[in-house]
Order: sequence, then C-alpha cells, then structure tokens
Amino acid sequence: MKLLLVFPLLIPLSTAILCMLTWYNRSLQRSLALLGSGALLVTAIRLLTRVTVHGIQAVQMGAWPAPQGITLVADLFSSVMVLVSAVIGFAVMLYSLAHMDSGRESHGYYPLFNFLMMGVCGSFMTGDLFNMYVWFEVLLTSSFVLIALGGERAQVEGAIKYVTLNLISSALFLAGVGILYGLAGTLNMADLAVKIPQLGKTHLVTACALVFLVAFGIKAAVFPLFFWLPASYHTPPVAVSAIFAGLLTKVGVYALIRVFTLIFVGETSFTHSLILVVSALTMVTGVLGAVAQNEFRRILSFHIISQIGYMIMGLGLYTVAGLAGSIFYIVHHIIVKTNLFLVSGAVERCGGSFELKKLGGIYLKFPLLAALFLIPALSLAGMPPLSGFFAKLSLIQEGLVLKEYLVSGVALVVGFLTLFSMMKIWHEVFWKDAPVGAAPLTARRQESLAGLLFPVALLALLTVYLGVGAEGLFWLSQRAAQQLMHPSEYLAAVLKR
Amino acid sequence: MLIVRTVERWLRPILLLVSVYLLSGGHQSPGGGFVGGLVAAVPFALHALVYNAPSARRLLRTDPHFLMALGLFCAMWSGFTGVFLGAPYLTGKWVEWELPLLGHVDMGTPVIFDIGVYFAVMGVTLMIILSLAEEE
Amino acid sequence: MEGMLAVVVGVLYAASFYLLLRPSMVKLIIGLGLLSHAANLLLFTVGRVTRVNPPIAPVGALAPVEPFANPLPQALILTAIVISFGVLAFAMVLLYRSYQMSGTDNLNEMRRTDS
Repeated sequence: MKLLLVFPLLIPLSTAILCMLTWYNRSLQRSLALLGSGALLVTAIRLLTRVTVHGIQAVQMGAWPAPQGITLVADLFSSVMVLVSAVIGFAVMLYSLAHMDSGRESHGYYPLFNFLMMGVCGSFMTGDLFNMYVWFEVLLTSSFVLIALGGERAQVEGAIKYVTLNLISSALFLAGVGILYGLAGTLNMADLAVKIPQLGKTHLVTACALVFLVAFGIKAAVFPLFFWLPASYHTPPVAVSAIFAGLLTKVGVYALIRVFTLIFVGETSFTHSLILVVSALTMVTGVLGAVAQNEFRRILSFHIISQIGYMIMGLGLYTVAGLAGSIFYIVHHIIVKTNLFLVSGAVERCGGSFELKKLGGIYLKFPLLAALFLIPALSLAGMPPLSGFFAKLSLIQEGLVLKEYLVSGVALVVGFLTLFSMMKIWHEVFWKDAPVGAAPLTARRQESLAGLLFPVALLALLTVYLGVGAEGLFWLSQRAAQQLMHPSEYLAAVLKR
Repeated sequence: MLIVRTVERWLRPILLLVSVYLLSGGHQSPGGGFVGGLVAAVPFALHALVYNAPSARRLLRTDPHFLMALGLFCAMWSGFTGVFLGAPYLTGKWVEWELPLLGHVDMGTPVIFDIGVYFAVMGVTLMIILSLAEEE
Repeated sequence: MEGMLAVVVGVLYAASFYLLLRPSMVKLIIGLGLLSHAANLLLFTVGRVTRVNPPIAPVGALAPVEPFANPLPQALILTAIVISFGVLAFAMVLLYRSYQMSGTDNLNEMRRTDS
C-alpha cells in the first residue's frame, strides 16, 4: 500500500530507464513506452479509488517524520490531476506511435516523455515546497529538451523564449521558497499552513505570496506573463505541443491553487481579489489574441491562456463551489485542449499545413475528422451537453451568487468569443472549398490517419461522457474542493495528529 | 603535446581511483557520489581534449546514456530495499561486515544510492562534454 | 554580515535583470546564471548566517557538536546549484545552435515565431 503513492513516480522513471537501456532499439522503446503509460493509467485509477474510499493518503519518504522528511500526499485534487495526466499521457503516447518521426524517436523522445510525466506526477503528489521546485525542474528540463528536439529553426527560437521565461520563473520560485523558509523555518506545506498564521507577520507573508503568484503565474501563463506561450507552443511536433498544452500550464495552476488554499490564506481580501482581477484580464486577452491569429495551433495556444483565466477564477472566488468549478474546468480543459491539438496534427496530415489560408475542404474528404473536431471545439466553447458547458456554468453561477457580476459577465462574453473563434477554424479548415493549388493527399498520409484518429476519438468520447455524466465528476470536484477549503484532514494526514 | 599525452595516460587510473575514494568516503566525510562522478568524468574529458571525442567514446566503451540509465537504475532500486523490509520507499538500511582485508565495512542502501548518483553524474557530464566536443 | 550579503543579493539581481534585458544572447546566458546565483545567495542569507560548528557528526558521535550550523539551506542550495548547472548547460547549447543557424546573437531578430 505504501508503494501506491510512489508508483506514479516510479513507473515513468523505470519506463524512462528501460527506454534508455534500449536506446538503439526503437521498436522495443515504443512498446515499452506504451506499456509504461498504460501502467501509469491503471495505477492512477487505483490511487483515485483508494483516496475516494479511504480519505487523504500520505507517506514519508525514507521514514523521516513529517516536517523534516519529504512527504508524498494524495488528496482528491492531486489524485484527480494524476489520473487526468495519466489519461492524457496514454492518449498522446498512442498518438506519438503513429505520428513521431524516426529521427526524434532515436534521439530519446520516449525517455524524455516519461521524465516529463514523472515531473508532472511528482509536482502533483509532493507535500513539500522545495520538493515541488525540484519536480518542476524535472518536468521543465525534460520539456526544454522535448521542445528543442529536432532542432528546426523555428523550434530553436521558440525554445529560447520558452527556456528563458521559465528559468526566470524558477529563479523567482526558488527565491520565494527561500523567503518563506526564512520566515517560518519549514518547507513542508502542511507545517507551513500551521505555522504561518502563528507568525503574525501578515504583510510580509503577503509580499511573499505575491512572489509565488508571479512565479507560478509565469508557468500558468496568466495575464501579463503569458507571452512565452504563444511564441513557443506551435513550434514542436504536434504530440509534444499537445502534451504541453494539456499538462504544463495546468501544473502552474495546480501549484497556485495549492499554495493559495493551504498557505497564503491570511489576507484573502487582497490576494484572492487580485487573482480574480488577473483571471478576468487573462480571459479577455487570451480570447482577443486568438481572434487575430491565422494559424491553427497559434489560435489554440491563445485559447489556452483565456481558459487559464477560468481556472483561476474559481480560486479567486475562494468558495467551495468556486474551487469545485475550477477543478471541473481543469479536468475538462486538459482533455479538450489536448484533443484539439491532436486534431490539428491530423488536419496537418490531411491538408499539409497549419495555416488557415492553405487549408480547406477537409469536411468533404474526411467527415469523421470534422466531427471529431466539432466535439472538443464545441465543448471548449461551452455548448451543452458537453463537459465545457457544465464547467462554465458552475463557475459563472458561483460568480453570480457572490455578486461578482463583472468577472461573471466577462466569463460569459469570452465563452461566446471562443465559440466565434472555433467557428472560424471550422469554416476555414473544414467547410470552405480547398484553396487552389493545395497539397494533394498522398497515399502515405492517408494510411497513417487511422492511428492518429484513434486517440482523438478516445478523448472525444471522454469529453462527451464527462458532459453527459457530469454529475460524477462534479461530485468528485465538490469533495476535492471541500478538502482544499478545509485543510484539517490534509494536515492530519501529513502531520499525523 | 607529447608531455600532455603521457601525463594524460598516467593520470587516467589515478583520477579513477580518486573518484572511487571520494565515492566510498562519502557517507561519513566530505565526498560522495556527485563529486566522485564528476572526477570520474575527468579522465574521459581530458582524453577528448588531448585526442578527440570519438577516441574518448572508444575509451569509455559504452554510451554515456547507458551510464545514466545504470545510475538511475541503482538509485531507484536502492529505495526498494526498505520496502521489502516493511518500511517506506527510500528508507536507509545498513548492515555491518567484518571482511578479511578491508576490516570493518558498513554497507547500506544510501551507499547504493550514492553509487547510482556516481554513474548518473558521470554519464550526464560526459554526455554534455562529448556532445559539445563533437559540435565542431 | 547579513547586511552585506543582502546588498550583494540586490546587486546580483540588478545585474542579472540588466543583462536579461539586453538583446545579446551571451548576455542573456550570463544574466540567467547571475539570476540563479542571486536566488541561491538569497536562500543562504535568509537561512541565517551563523559562525558555529559544521553540521557533521565527529567520528564515533551520534550528533554534531552544539551549536552547529543549519544544514538545510546548504542542502537546498546544493540541489538548486546542481539543477541550474544542468539547465544552463542546456541553454548554452541551445543558444549556440541558434547562433549557428541564424548567424546572429541579436535576440531582437528572432521574430520567426511571433507572427
């Protein structure tokens, strides 16, 4: 049982090791990687059921007791996140098998992918702030290599922007960790939650909170700090940008939610109102940026930003219902956004381009692909009965209950603009006639399409399921939000009191 | 050039011995897997400087990423010893032996972990240095 | 001592931000390096600077001699240094590749991914 919490880290690690040992045998690496992501999925399901039934689980690494040793904690929020990451990892792995070119495969794509998954799961599971920094670095370092792997010119330029901004954010995170340690003398998050209120230095803690807000804000790509994202996410191969779009910014959002519900809750009237303002601005700038774009993946990149606004809106509201909405939104968004990126790759396979101008007529040739685009696109825009509708509904409802009319109105309007943007893609890529001189479809391309469409269809089914069966996920996120708002169970599990 | 080449040949075993000394002393005194691994990478880096990178690769007889994988593997499995004895992952477990030549020897999972660090650091360092040296 | 270290941290931060805002790639790398040094030194300083025994147990003893320095900030800094060593090495290779491809070290000319 004690291993169940370690397995989400050990499975990707051992898969990566095995892939490195079979460096020159690509086909073996492919099967190992698929096996590893399948195993991670099974473990994540077991973890979630265990946490749902038995409450929050915590284990001390190396048997060192709580504030000193490193804790791994799985509460409902983190185990839901681990499960969604595992689902996405599995789908993207299936997609990579059909899509990744042999050059990148033989230069370590699969080990890097698994190190990335280990970093993501580690950031979700850790109960120690410095350990979170280390996991962030694990996932960042592997993402640095993944984004630059292949070394095309646009890729290298995008990677430079991505690396620079993320390194600055890591340095800020480290500085924040240092200040917090100087203040409280501990870095265990549960212990911090106990000690920070006893310090009485509210304003100093708030200043420190803002350092964390900026550091995690860069990683989550919130309003004034998002410029690295649309400059880099469209440069690597589709499988890589899909996993980045699905998971990496969400790790930032997870970290924001974690520290701003557990540690920095002394001056919520200031910090959380600030988050609410930032969330509204993020929604608006993201969606307006998307309107101006004419490249498939850049449009989607800007939509990531606007959706991040929704996710931290629930944190800004800071109620159980608001946080539940946020958690629901994160789950929905990870699945839908990854799916849209995967669709963009299939479209590129069919039409030979990501530029809207050069695409067209996909609907006539591939009606199935068009349908598979419509499901996540409408879900992203918030059409009932898909998952996005319930996600937006719960957030806006709670906003209205709390009389935050402005941010709720912004959320509504941004939903319509998202729909407009999705319809633009629909019209340009699928509906209008193929432009004259468009690249003809070769037989090789058509052959591999089935392998690409399978994971896309899987994720689309999941979106529909989360919409029709929203009640189950909603119940889960409600309970997860309760654990976040009332951390006594978390503290008891970690500090054994 | 002749002097450098001769010195390089004589330095190789000495540096490797020093790295093993640093590794073995690591738990109770300054040293450890990280420094040891760095020192262990030095003879190969030196060889790449004196001759060239492919020659250093031949001297190494294996790929740096195999070294990394080996190191990570050691480190990962050292954590399981505690688990088999009913403790959480990564718990340190020690045994003490009286060996004929070495005398009193402490052996434990942190040592295996350190050996893992040694190989991983050696692999990473060599990977960076050799790939930079091959850039020309 | 703390005051002096605080000033040094401030100078390091100022220098690194200045370098980061320059258009040259080389200065960008140096700026990133200084930024991580600044964060490490900050971590060291807020972890209390004391002149006491090292936190290493003498041979035969079970605990270090009191009073001993707090080993945790040093352990944190060591980890952070190792991480920044690896990441900076990667960034250096990346910038070198970019320089080889574009023939310029001016970051203002990198507009390929902005449109």
